[in-house]
Amino acid sequence: MKTIKCECGHSNPFGTEICESCGKPLTNENSRELINMRYEGSAVRSQTYNKTIVDKIWNFFSSVKVGIWIIIVILIAAAIGTIFPQEMYIPPNVDPTTYYKEEYGTPGQIFYLLGFHNLYGSWWFLLLLAALGISLIIVSIDRGFPLYRALKYQRVTRHESFMKRQRLFAVSDTGISMDRVKRVLAKKHYRIKEDNGNILAEKNRFSRWGPYVNHAGLIIFLIGAMLRFFPGMYTDQTLWIREGETVAVPGTKTEDGQYYLKNHKFIMELYGKKDKEYSAALDKTGNPVPKNYQSNVTLYHAGPSDVVGAKPELKKERDARIKVNEPLSFNDFSLYQVDFKLNEFHRMNLKLENKKTGKSYGEIKVNLFNPKSTYDLGNGYKVEMVEYFPNFKLDENDQPTTENSVPDNPAFVFKMFTPETTKGETAFIGIRKNVEAADNKYKMSFSGIETKNVSALTVKKDNTLPIIIIGGIIFMLGVVQGLYWNHRRIWIQQRNGQLWIAAHTNKNWFGLKREMQNISEESGLVMPIDQSDEKSA
Amino acid sequence: MKKKQRLVFRSILLVIIAVAVGYTLYSNVFNDKSGSVQKGDQAPDFELTDLQGNKVQLSDYKGKGVFLNFWGTWCKPCQREMPYMQKEYRNYKKQGVEILAVNVGESRVSVKNFADRFHLSFPIPLDGSREVTKAYGIGPIPTTFLVDKNGKVIEKTSESLSNETIKSFMEKIKP
Repeated sequence: MKTIKCECGHSNPFGTEICESCGKPLTNENSRELINMRYEGSAVRSQTYNKTIVDKIWNFFSSVKVGIWIIIVILIAAAIGTIFPQEMYIPPNVDPTTYYKEEYGTPGQIFYLLGFHNLYGSWWFLLLLAALGISLIIVSIDRGFPLYRALKYQRVTRHESFMKRQRLFAVSDTGISMDRVKRVLAKKHYRIKEDNGNILAEKNRFSRWGPYVNHAGLIIFLIGAMLRFFPGMYTDQTLWIREGETVAVPGTKTEDGQYYLKNHKFIMELYGKKDKEYSAALDKTGNPVPKNYQSNVTLYHAGPSDVVGAKPELKKERDARIKVNEPLSFNDFSLYQVDFKLNEFHRMNLKLENKKTGKSYGEIKVNLFNPKSTYDLGNGYKVEMVEYFPNFKLDENDQPTTENSVPDNPAFVFKMFTPETTKGETAFIGIRKNVEAADNKYKMSFSGIETKNVSALTVKKDNTLPIIIIGGIIFMLGVVQGLYWNHRRIWIQQRNGQLWIAAHTNKNWFGLKREMQNISEESGLVMPIDQSDEKSA
Repeated sequence: MKKKQRLVFRSILLVIIAVAVGYTLYSNVFNDKSGSVQKGDQAPDFELTDLQGNKVQLSDYKGKGVFLNFWGTWCKPCQREMPYMQKEYRNYKKQGVEILAVNVGESRVSVKNFADRFHLSFPIPLDGSREVTKAYGIGPIPTTFLVDKNGKVIEKTSESLSNETIKSFMEKIKP
């Protein structure tokens, strides 16, 4: 590897612009322009080798320009993704291929065709995020380490043109007390290094590491987000559970077995007369205001099973009440109350009656999720269920059929047997629809309905949160570190019977100048001149 | 020497990132049906009761080909393929192919009436709690899996099948 040997004797890496040790400009040596102090003029590593494919990839991502473009593209894509709802937020039973077009017209169709409907999980968005992560890592490595090196090897006595070409610079006669200058600088919390009567006063160098700390935090944050896709780290699923039902909790299956949940009762409470403190507000709205949504549940655990559907042996874990913001938490999982459906038909009660006398011969209770095929009422009275349509409708040929298996509009065909009618009489019963032969002697009459509520819970697990929080904290620390402190340096040198003064800060020149003013007033040191002002003037 | 070290360092770092990103992409995008049974997977074993009240367990059919169908009485495409399934069931049962037509979440009465109407003689396991349906990750119905004699899924389709297709499927899983 080629190195650049400076006249002071220090070997600098190829590509260095300012000697790491003495500060002599190694490019544009004879120029009188101010030196570009960014990264201390150290060799940004990438720009120096371009041999193998690995180097080429590395160099591409090493460019800050590329990094900024990646950020811009991510921002634009993320913004476009919010124009129309994401696929997970459109109604669950619609077809996305047609939904976006019908709902939002041509822009919606374009949105869908380009994959923006599932943007945040799409492969190209993930690749963009990955590219940002790679860019952050490489940019930091390429600039952080050389900068560290340059600041570590910096010499107290700097080269003549380094001094001259600093933004703040002045020459004055000697004859002031260096001890006093040092005292004043120390009071301002400068750390002082001396060499042959020359002084380097430096403070807050750590603020230069702010961007790198910040990048490290961001990378940890991205790693946390990435871990969501690793098995066992993240779960977010919905669970609909009827009162009285016991179901497997989705996403909780492990090698040790599986969790099950029984829903005893779903409760919705409204604010009422008892809540006197809110009565004025309640009068104003006029509408009922919900006070509480709650599911009373029992959590069970069952041992591992290779066979799905087999009746598991449930071991009770505990009873719980799940309310909004008060989840049931167990073993990294949390169950949150998110939705409900009130009064779903559950059981329908019907009476067998004599049409003429109206006398009842008993009641049958039809479980709408699992009706029996025969209901025996004793004494020779019996009802057979010939057909069951949970969600009755007529199909295109006017034949009775069911829309789906949810009992929203149940209808039945019954065959009624009595000692009088041993061959049986047939009747069709639905909600507000009764069809039967005119000469039927008996009929089924509706006598009541039982309903149940359904709770919706989400199953959540997020083991990546601690990592994301730590990443966020480190990110903020980096921001604070880089923003609230400035890295300031003052060089004072004796040259040919003159006193040379130069000063540099990585940001906030106004602050540095004010500090220099102060120092010069207290110590008698001459106030350096801002050479960039001179030029523009 | 230093240059070589640098190349090794850069290569290792890029490889680590590539592997991590590749895995994330794979598990998220190209495998987003995670949890659902796909072609090439081992068919998860299940146990249900059929219409007649008999226990049906998939693993009991090892050594036979299984035409595993998920359906509902209210689904027209399912209805259309049922007579063909019944016809080919008669032809292929002797040759070691079994049909299991898992009903998704309906009541025994509805399913029994349906089976009687279409004269279905193959076992119809009832998945009242939909646990098996969920374990197989069934989206739309009908969905049909072809399970070979080793219990491996060799085909998965969500189309309403024609008589010819069902016949060719039976040939495929004939042991």
